[in-house]
Amino acid sequence: MQITINGESKSVPDAVTVAELVRILDLKKERVAVEVNRNIVARREWDGVLLHPGDRLEIVHFVGGG
Amino acid sequence: MLENDVLEIAGRKIRSRLFVGTGKYAGIQQMKDAFEAAGAQVVTVAVRRVNISDRSRESMLDAIDSSKYILLPNTAGCYTAEDAIRYARLAREAGLSHWVKLEVIGDERTLYPDNEALLEATRVLVKEGFVVLPYTSDDPVVARKLEDLGAAAVMPLGAPIGSGLGIQNPNNIRIIKEMARVPVIVDAGVGTASDAAVAMELGCDAVLMNTGIAGAQDPVRMAEAMGLAVKAGRLAYLAGRIPRKSYAAASSPTEGMLAK
Repeated sequence: MQITINGESKSVPDAVTVAELVRILDLKKERVAVEVNRNIVARREWDGVLLHPGDRLEIVHFVGGG
Repeated sequence: MLENDVLEIAGRKIRSRLFVGTGKYAGIQQMKDAFEAAGAQVVTVAVRRVNISDRSRESMLDAIDSSKYILLPNTAGCYTAEDAIRYARLAREAGLSHWVKLEVIGDERTLYPDNEALLEATRVLVKEGFVVLPYTSDDPVVARKLEDLGAAAVMPLGAPIGSGLGIQNPNNIRIIKEMARVPVIVDAGVGTASDAAVAMELGCDAVLMNTGIAGAQDPVRMAEAMGLAVKAGRLAYLAGRIPRKSYAAASSPTEGMLAK
């Protein structure tokens, strides 16, 4: 299925969870925060949240800044 | 002389009064060396999208030892209260810290804060349990309103972000400090060591800077200079300077001079 991650269209397995997606993308899970359709998904809920076609995700982390 | 002079914000004791940003360094090693040289403890970071196609630049802040440094996420780049609140919530989720350097920018050219939106975002985030450190203009009334809303500190600018102009309105900074019951941190505008010293001599509790260090020709050396200046300025403030006078007052005795 197609979802949008950080503005880019991505093909991901059907019915993937947030936790699985973070693993597939090889992200450090302690360092990122995830929004699905503008709602933050807390890390402890990642296992239980299934993604759907057309979902829009924002995945952020810390970068250098003042 | 400064061992027992500890800054406390929202119940947390902070030993270094120099807060530093993590942007604009040539590399991770230079940034870490600068932190060491500055003796900094609180370091600011920004919240941005992970680049999911190019992961090579991903680990910049994995290099920062979070047992040694306090990460202070900012909401830089946000132009509305709604955006700033969104970034603050994401930062809390990403870093498990409920501290935020709250920025709501009102103008691209000056990067001056939109104080109306800043007050609104402060009100919401304080209610959500955040420790809010708002970046504000050097306006004593806004500073007082932020404090009344529950800001844990107020962070007036010395001059526009990245300008290096130094403290443009020292009298306002002094008034803000005199009126405040929370710590006052000069945030932005510091260009060289004497600017940092001036902020501290005015009685401010800390200084936050990024470009002043990272943009110097030798950032690590400038970081050390800034660390020394903050300490010197703090000591001078605690020592209590002499009053300014228009005319001279001799330092040597006027008696005991030889016969003419």
